Amino acid sequence: MTSLTVNRKKYELDVDPTTPLLWVLREKLQLTGTKFGCGMALCGACTVHLNGEAVRSCVTPLSRAAGKEVVTIEGLSPDLARPLQQAWITEDVPQCGYCQSGQIMAAAVLLRENSNPSDTDIDECMTGNICRCGTYQRIRRAIHLAAKLKTERK
Amino acid sequence: MNAIINLSRRNFLKTSALAGGGLILGVHLPGLARAAEASQQGASPFPLNAFVRIGQDDTVTVIVNHSEMGQGPYTSIPMMVAEELDADWNKVRYEAAPVAPEYNHSVYGIQMTGGSTSTWSEWERVRKAGAAARQMLLAAAGETWGVSADTCRTENNQVIHGGSGRKLSYGELAEKASLLTPPQNPPLKDPKKFKLVGKPTRRLDTPEKTNGKAIFGLDVNVPGMVVAMIARPPVFGAKLKSFNAEKAKAIPGVQRVVEIERGIAVVADGFWPAKHGREALEIIWDEGPLASLDSRTQREQYAELARKPGTLALKQGDVATALGGAAKRFEAIYDLPYLAHATMEPMNCVADVRADSAEVWTGTQYQTGDRDAIVKDTGLKPEQVKLHTMLCGGGFGRRAVIDSHFVREAVQVSKAIQKPVKVVWTREDDMRGGYYRPRAFHSISAGLDADGKPVAWQHRIVCQSFIVGTPFEAFVIKDGVDETTVEGAKDIPYEIPNLLVDWQMAPGGVPCLWLRSVGHSHNAFVVETFIDELAHAAGKDPFEFRRALLANHPRHKRVLEFAAEKAGWGKPLSTGRGRGIAMHESFGSFFAHVIEASVSKEGKVRVHRVVGAVDCGPVVNPDTIRAQIEGGAVFALTAALYGEITFEQGRVKQRNFHDYPMLRMNEMPEVEGHIIPSEERMGGVGEPGVPPIAPALANAIFAVTGKRVRQLPIRAEDLRA
Repeated sequence: MTSLTVNRKKYELDVDPTTPLLWVLREKLQLTGTKFGCGMALCGACTVHLNGEAVRSCVTPLSRAAGKEVVTIEGLSPDLARPLQQAWITEDVPQCGYCQSGQIMAAAVLLRENSNPSDTDIDECMTGNICRCGTYQRIRRAIHLAAKLKTERK
Repeated sequence: MNAIINLSRRNFLKTSALAGGGLILGVHLPGLARAAEASQQGASPFPLNAFVRIGQDDTVTVIVNHSEMGQGPYTSIPMMVAEELDADWNKVRYEAAPVAPEYNHSVYGIQMTGGSTSTWSEWERVRKAGAAARQMLLAAAGETWGVSADTCRTENNQVIHGGSGRKLSYGELAEKASLLTPPQNPPLKDPKKFKLVGKPTRRLDTPEKTNGKAIFGLDVNVPGMVVAMIARPPVFGAKLKSFNAEKAKAIPGVQRVVEIERGIAVVADGFWPAKHGREALEIIWDEGPLASLDSRTQREQYAELARKPGTLALKQGDVATALGGAAKRFEAIYDLPYLAHATMEPMNCVADVRADSAEVWTGTQYQTGDRDAIVKDTGLKPEQVKLHTMLCGGGFGRRAVIDSHFVREAVQVSKAIQKPVKVVWTREDDMRGGYYRPRAFHSISAGLDADGKPVAWQHRIVCQSFIVGTPFEAFVIKDGVDETTVEGAKDIPYEIPNLLVDWQMAPGGVPCLWLRSVGHSHNAFVVETFIDELAHAAGKDPFEFRRALLANHPRHKRVLEFAAEKAGWGKPLSTGRGRGIAMHESFGSFFAHVIEASVSKEGKVRVHRVVGAVDCGPVVNPDTIRAQIEGGAVFALTAALYGEITFEQGRVKQRNFHDYPMLRMNEMPEVEGHIIPSEERMGGVGEPGVPPIAPALANAIFAVTGKRVRQLPIRAEDLRA
């Protein structure tokens, strides 16, 4: 049995503890907003928060999440989710949309830590997240906008 | 795919081999919108025709028959309908169409998405669907009020009676309107009166793509569903000799191991046990003739083929004589690699095959073909098969699969185990699973006269065909030439009196497919870098040199000038930067790009700025066009800088994003998209923004280093100072 909290809800799971967290979220908890892209921590589509840090759930064994708090795109706290989603909509960021959960989860940690990220900060934080549709320019604009929206809300 | 459009405009109607029973419908608005009715649900239960349903709550649902892969049809098609319907855009929703003849592509005659056609091929039909629905709502209101429909008008989801000012919402009228016979040829609005079409409009699918709710094929979950992973041959064309599944079956969570046509399926409770089970299989393959395939020896083989004349695609004048008499002659060899689509969502399919029905969920661009394949593999009747088109996590052509292999795998496994199953491809399966943009080897020569004008141009393309031997042969092979291999080369727009373009078919075996811009992706690179080379050899400015050769091609000329103007062509640049230009027509649209790039001493290329200009005719959603210019640039830069699938001992060497890299945030240049106001014929935008990018970059690299790029991807070792 592995105990963990996902999106503020407690779970006791009888799953092989070597199973990557990604597949536990997707297959056992039906939280499919977190995506499978590479399985090697190369693309960022599977990004979730583990005790507040952005991790690649495709290479994070369930055992590493034991006793910890996991947050997925479905459970992102409104103070981060609202400005990010609003900015993503305003800038019309997604094309196919498959990578965007991971992009938003990565950007959420950046915004939490840095209320006014520069382009360099964005590069450093977001370079691990691939977008095959090429929405990077809009993601950059949306992060700047989300930072502004978040500050205004305070 | 361009070739298919061009040919299909002439030929597609003549054959029904591909049509799966349904031929071209044009603007067919069936009174009993069978398919739309069959999927009645939720808030919009009343079908007014195959494309429009309206609910009592005033929701307008537009049924979209083109797959959403990011290119925007789930927004652009509803926009066209809503415009003619006078719908309130805030009440418009989209829904993926089921498979039915009503939803066949208006040109291809089968239901599929490809060739950058989704907007222009529906420009007339879905606007008529919107206009017809509007007339039915007007008639229903007239009937309700006992007045002539002519005295009523529509506005923002309402019918208003002119005399009395009485109003009824579309929701209130929907049921009555749905019982009326749709008018067959409703008049369309004067484009000058458009309120929505032509205005930047936010996508309808963005909210669900930012909160985790969007359901892609891989996210589908069916009660009782199991997960399967397939062990496929390590070499293309290899055959299974024997296998031992004992160790695989011993892994906890593994349920079954079954052999299907394309390999061995390990069926398990989930992804993780399926993966371990597959790794534990002991398989002996008969590797077959491609076991020794090697990219280096393949180059020699292609080079040998390039020395012999191929099948003629274009002949004008007398190239040999003109080359012989030219003041200056130039020759070059180009080698462009196999490329993988590498959609962010790897291939996958859910199938539930039962004795009397089959239901399949997948992100597909090829509904009719997939449905027919399901019918064939299950022995069921077409009406017993239900195919759900899911959101596609990228497509780029990879999901329009002529052999429907990723659907057939799931169907065969489900049939064998009598359970619903999701077949999942890992990234490695996807990268090594074939269906690549074919390798293309080009041999080209040209001559300039004493004034520096080109007098002869000879272009030979060595490339395998993914069309020969398929049902597409009838439409795409023309006079013995696979049009997808020569498109963008045989229609070179520059005025050169003596031209010859021919094709040498390279041996097949490696599964290939259309990849975003298809043949244009390699032909534009060769044509646009070689013309640049001639410009420099003639001592002319590359922009002016091209311009002077486009007197009879006004749309080409205009887009070239537009891009040059927007980019500040000829103006001073920051130190260390070079500027390159390229222009190309494909899929009915005209694109030109100017790229600014620099190259470090180590040969590392940095792209700073991309200026793209397009003439695609009338515009539906300018924001989507700009997004496609941005996305096309990233896709093409990724290929130019990194993209390469290679073979060693018959095996694909690359397997994931570490050895098949993608452009990332920190490398993203500033991309500007400029749309030329145009009333010319409407073209596509998903693909045509790709072809000019790589040559514009290579030309910029030449401007800054004096070195010509003749093979892709660009290699630092070739550019070191």
